[in-house]
Amino acid sequence: MDSPVHRVSLGDTWSRRVHPDMASERFIQSFSVEQLTNILDGGAQNTALRRKVESIIHSDPEFSVKDNYFMTQNERYVAAVQKRFHLQIIAKRLGWSENSPEFYYAYRYSLPGQPQRYQGPCLWWATPAPCPFPHRALSGELALGLHTVFLKSLQSLGSEEQIAKWTPLCNEFRIIASYAQTELGHGTNLRGLETEATYDAATQEFVVHSPTLTATKWWPGDMGRSATHTLVQAQLICSGARQGMHAFIVPIRSLRDHTPLPGVTVGDIGPKMDFDNIDHGFLRLDHVRIPRENMLSRFAQVLPDGTYVKLGTQQTNYFSMVVVRVELLLGEIIPLLQKACVIAIRYSVIRRQSSIRPSDPEAKILDYQTQQQKLLPQLATAYAFHFLASNLLKFLHSSYDAIRNKDFSHLPELHALSAGIKAMTSDLCFQGSELCRRACGGHGYSKLSGLPSLVTRVTASCTYEGDNTVLYLQTARFLVKNYLQTQAIPGSTQKSLPPSVAYLTAPYLARCPAQKAADFLHPKLYTTAWAHVAARLIKYSAHHLETLIRSGVDWAEAWNQTTVIHLQTAKAHCYYISVKSFTETLEKLEDKPAVRQVLKRLCDLYALHGILTNAADFLHDGFLSGAQVDAVRTGYLELLGLVRKDAILLTDAFDFTDPSLNSALGCYDGNVYERLFHWAQKSPTNTQENPAYAKYLRPLLQSWKSKL
Amino acid sequence: MLRVATMNQDLRREREAASFNPELLTHVLDGSPENTRRRREIENLILNDPDFQHEDLNFLTRSQRYEVAVRKSANMVKKMREFGIADPEEIMWFKRIHMVNFVEPVGLNFSMFIPTLLNQGTTAQQEKWLLSSQGLQIIGTYAQTEMGHGTHLRGLETTATYDPETQEFILNSPTVTSIKWWPGGLGKTSNHAIVLAQLITKGKCYGLHAFIVPIREIGTHKPLPGITVGDIGPKFGYDEMDNGYLKMDNYRIPRENMLMKYAQVKPDGTYVKPVSNKLTYGTMVFVRSFLVGEAARSLSKACTIAIRYSAVRHQSEIKPGEPEPQILDFQTQQYKLFPLLATAYAFQFVGAYVKETYHRINEGIGQGDLSELPELHALVAGLKAFTSWTTNAAIEACRMACGGHGYSHCSGLPNIYVTFTPTCTFEGENTVMMLQTARFLMKSYDQVHSGKLVGGMGSYLNDLPTQRIQPRQVAVWPSVVDIDSPDSLTEAYKLRAARLVEIAAKNLQNEVIQRESKEVAWNLTSVDLVRASEAHCHYVAVKLFSEKLLKIQDKSVHAVLRNLCLLYCLYGISQKAGDFLQGSIMTESQITQVNQRIKELLTAIRPDAVALVDAFDFQDVTLGSVLGRYDGNVYENLFEWAKKSPLNKSEVHESYYKYLKPLQSKL
Repeated sequence: MDSPVHRVSLGDTWSRRVHPDMASERFIQSFSVEQLTNILDGGAQNTALRRKVESIIHSDPEFSVKDNYFMTQNERYVAAVQKRFHLQIIAKRLGWSENSPEFYYAYRYSLPGQPQRYQGPCLWWATPAPCPFPHRALSGELALGLHTVFLKSLQSLGSEEQIAKWTPLCNEFRIIASYAQTELGHGTNLRGLETEATYDAATQEFVVHSPTLTATKWWPGDMGRSATHTLVQAQLICSGARQGMHAFIVPIRSLRDHTPLPGVTVGDIGPKMDFDNIDHGFLRLDHVRIPRENMLSRFAQVLPDGTYVKLGTQQTNYFSMVVVRVELLLGEIIPLLQKACVIAIRYSVIRRQSSIRPSDPEAKILDYQTQQQKLLPQLATAYAFHFLASNLLKFLHSSYDAIRNKDFSHLPELHALSAGIKAMTSDLCFQGSELCRRACGGHGYSKLSGLPSLVTRVTASCTYEGDNTVLYLQTARFLVKNYLQTQAIPGSTQKSLPPSVAYLTAPYLARCPAQKAADFLHPKLYTTAWAHVAARLIKYSAHHLETLIRSGVDWAEAWNQTTVIHLQTAKAHCYYISVKSFTETLEKLEDKPAVRQVLKRLCDLYALHGILTNAADFLHDGFLSGAQVDAVRTGYLELLGLVRKDAILLTDAFDFTDPSLNSALGCYDGNVYERLFHWAQKSPTNTQENPAYAKYLRPLLQSWKSKL
Repeated sequence: MLRVATMNQDLRREREAASFNPELLTHVLDGSPENTRRRREIENLILNDPDFQHEDLNFLTRSQRYEVAVRKSANMVKKMREFGIADPEEIMWFKRIHMVNFVEPVGLNFSMFIPTLLNQGTTAQQEKWLLSSQGLQIIGTYAQTEMGHGTHLRGLETTATYDPETQEFILNSPTVTSIKWWPGGLGKTSNHAIVLAQLITKGKCYGLHAFIVPIREIGTHKPLPGITVGDIGPKFGYDEMDNGYLKMDNYRIPRENMLMKYAQVKPDGTYVKPVSNKLTYGTMVFVRSFLVGEAARSLSKACTIAIRYSAVRHQSEIKPGEPEPQILDFQTQQYKLFPLLATAYAFQFVGAYVKETYHRINEGIGQGDLSELPELHALVAGLKAFTSWTTNAAIEACRMACGGHGYSHCSGLPNIYVTFTPTCTFEGENTVMMLQTARFLMKSYDQVHSGKLVGGMGSYLNDLPTQRIQPRQVAVWPSVVDIDSPDSLTEAYKLRAARLVEIAAKNLQNEVIQRESKEVAWNLTSVDLVRASEAHCHYVAVKLFSEKLLKIQDKSVHAVLRNLCLLYCLYGISQKAGDFLQGSIMTESQITQVNQRIKELLTAIRPDAVALVDAFDFQDVTLGSVLGRYDGNVYENLFEWAKKSPLNKSEVHESYYKYLKPLQSKL
């Protein structure tokens, strides 16, 4: 129906004309951009639906985020609250239910497959991530996301009565809820949390208390100023015994006038790198009493007399962590790198600087090899991660029913994959988007480029939902364990291993057979190469650990002394998985040769870039010779030139609208400079009085005037 | 120095257990005990001065931060006179404490406007503008970059066309891309700017020249007619700075406003060529060598914060059932931080070296000796890029090593990061800088091959023709490399640099033959060329660190620095192991030993880590970090800090009544 220009553009004065340097990039289309967009969305019908939702959001001025860069923390928070309620009203009017695909696209990124099928009891943001909601159309500028986290936690941890009591209160916003887990002194190590909930059988109440300064809840979203209730994770103490972490609903602010309730000290934790839209809070509880019924009791209960009763395992709680990490990938982390690529690559065909030959006009900076080397591997990574995350999501869906039926056999593998892949994608998406920012020179430092905000958001994802180092080590533990199992059971076959580590028993290949650069452009060849390196490192990790243990060091200490190696191992494994997942995606595109060809180049680029970055791992045991690494480099440099030709089309295929990019440098039409000038003039520093002039500058300057 | 009595127990233990006296190391970093003494004296002057108020910038809006910075600038001239501070080094020490972020809206008046006036203005021009700009009675800035052009100066589009009838220049910004963009202090503060524009007289363009342009009316501070000037809007950092834009429409200035010490335009419009034109060369080298030092300082600050916090923070367990260890005891945490600490020390010594060399060579220039300038220029370009890239990633790594609290502005790390990161871009974009160094290396390589020897840091290239470094040959070098000797490791880095320079040179030659255009060949080899420059700079850093060890007298300081130096060398090898393997500089088993040795060094450095960051001797004000406080009382102060946030001023935030409540009722 619409031409892409109409659909994605900002609709300002400059959108009417596409910059000739941008138009020339789209002149020859070696593949169908629309077809690629459909693949990314998981089907043409999803693309259509997503666009419909985006157009509703973008045509409503209440959802505009264009002034964001000029706002104070306070203003952004207020605007985000406003948008959240406005969305609620719109959704009600249009009949979008919480689990409808429309709602999903308004908030979230595309979910390949059928978005409506998946309705798991996912515990959104089980640990307090700085960001509540993914946000394709709304660029994440919403508040009160933790309200939904509360609801989801209630549904998975609460009894039927509790669910029946609290759900309507939340849905009608008669209470505003949050989720409080991390403390000032503890994040990653949940068992170290200090907040206590002591049962008092005399009054049938829990006394919730922060016994030390470090027990202060710190970082929970929406708690600083908004929430009336929060779900507090605390150590349960009943009948004198500590029973570990449990969740308690604690009212914190008066429903009448919003003042903190007696015994409650609550506030905002102050300025952060980003996420000004969310009021992350602190909370100290001084012997606050709550009724016994406020402990969520699906899995454990405290009887009126103080008897503690366990009602089953919390495996589903553990599963919810996996779900969150997987959904984060496409919901938050990967789109941030994709957007950074779109902005930096579009700007790089508009920006002209110096000339390649002295007689030539100034060249587009994307024509410089050094610029290609910065940006194009990031573009390849953005695609690789998209397919990696989609495939992981499919695996999650396929295991989902089994897990619901209490078959947890897939859980260890799912957990290991989701941990490592979250760590790898957030690491590399952060590095990549920062690289994109710096590749835009001075203008990349301006907030109007949109890039600083992408960087400050994505960098947070390296820490929340599990610190990356800790996550990598969880994956390593899984790898080492599986390897040791293959050793313990001689003759174990690929079948006895989880699919993601089946390569551990693959036939050993001592040398890579490639002879020239072109040989490296074969998915099977480089996937095998990555498998070889990952398997070698896993073995190395395991042997190192065993050697230490044999020398008398206990397991825990031996593990700590070998963690640096395990990190390297987990990284290689995850990279292998991502290469493999990309090649598997290619295999399914036999019927779309043009798209397949352009994606294959990206896949080649991704794999070879990885080999060159980690060349030592391939050279180490002579799997690759020095000459072969040189051949990889030759192939890699040639790929840069080839991908360069399709670079703009490849960024267009992500199908981000201009309003969601919110970048003066990255608009579809390429009219960078006009927009940058216009946007800067709207800055409050230009529309408001200069505060320093009257107070400080005038006195200085006038001492001169008097001498004239 | 007097430090507070109540010190965090963990930090106290760390300091007591250190194997050396950090004070002695501070003297090494400052250059002498006397420098340390004087620096602290100046710092204390400011810290004890009641006029010196230090607001926490984190709680201020951009407009307020700008206002604070202008106030401090206005005070500074007076204060420095009062304290008798005139020496350039002492001014730096003063500004670092006084301005905290080292970002000041009138900074370009002193760093660019006045020096340019002095270098390029005639005596009459200096008489007219110098005194008043020194006293901040006129505030000048320097407007060079445009929206469409930064690094490539010749591409600037602003024009200054001479009109002999009125004896005026007519300044124009002919396109949107020609609008001056980014100059500091231009947006709101300055009333004059030195504008770089293409000079056109008698119908001919003579290239870039500098013009003094009044931009705001004296008395009202309003933009003059024909001038459009303003702030370029919010940035990643530098909130205190009003980076500005400037658009000129047929704006006329008198002929005398062109800086005419060298080139001149006569009243009739005749252009007189300058005699020599190597003027800005020296300034550029000076600024870039200063930035190398800034990289060292920024990284040192980040390491101080992350390491102190890691000694205070306890988390998880190494062995089940034991109390939670300091996170600095986790191998992964050590592996994140100690190589960065070693890098900070390496860069401190690199910074000191380029500063000394600049001053030495600068004296030579005063006597007309320009011979060493090209090498220094080439070296400093590369080192600026090398140190700033590394530091950029390292600061962020330190921030992430502080977990969630690192993301809060209370950690001070986001501020250090956003203030430092533009160093990668300004004063010469890093990739362009690396390619400048590469150009020098290629020239040296050709020189060696035409039989002439080269001197300085690139002298290793002299050995190339005899070395015959061939990647596929059987290992020749392994027996040479002793992984416990900094000198031997320096040799290994030298071989790597030589090899990568040679590869780049050969690839360049091949491309030249195939493409029949040197420039196209250059572009198609630029990835290799950047690699070669990086290897060269890495070698220089390793070499300077090892050489520094020879000058350390105190045994215990020497021992701890030697470990850091080894860690710096070995970590680099482990990160770039592919180069060392591929070049047959080291064997696989040596790389395995390197990785093993790194872990031993982590353990060896661990007890001295806190003392090593104490030796940087940063004031808490300079760090601006709750996590990195000297006394280690992190959590108490974190809570106090958060309570100061303006969002906590009232118990119930106004937005509740304004938005939350009414919106709730709408549903």
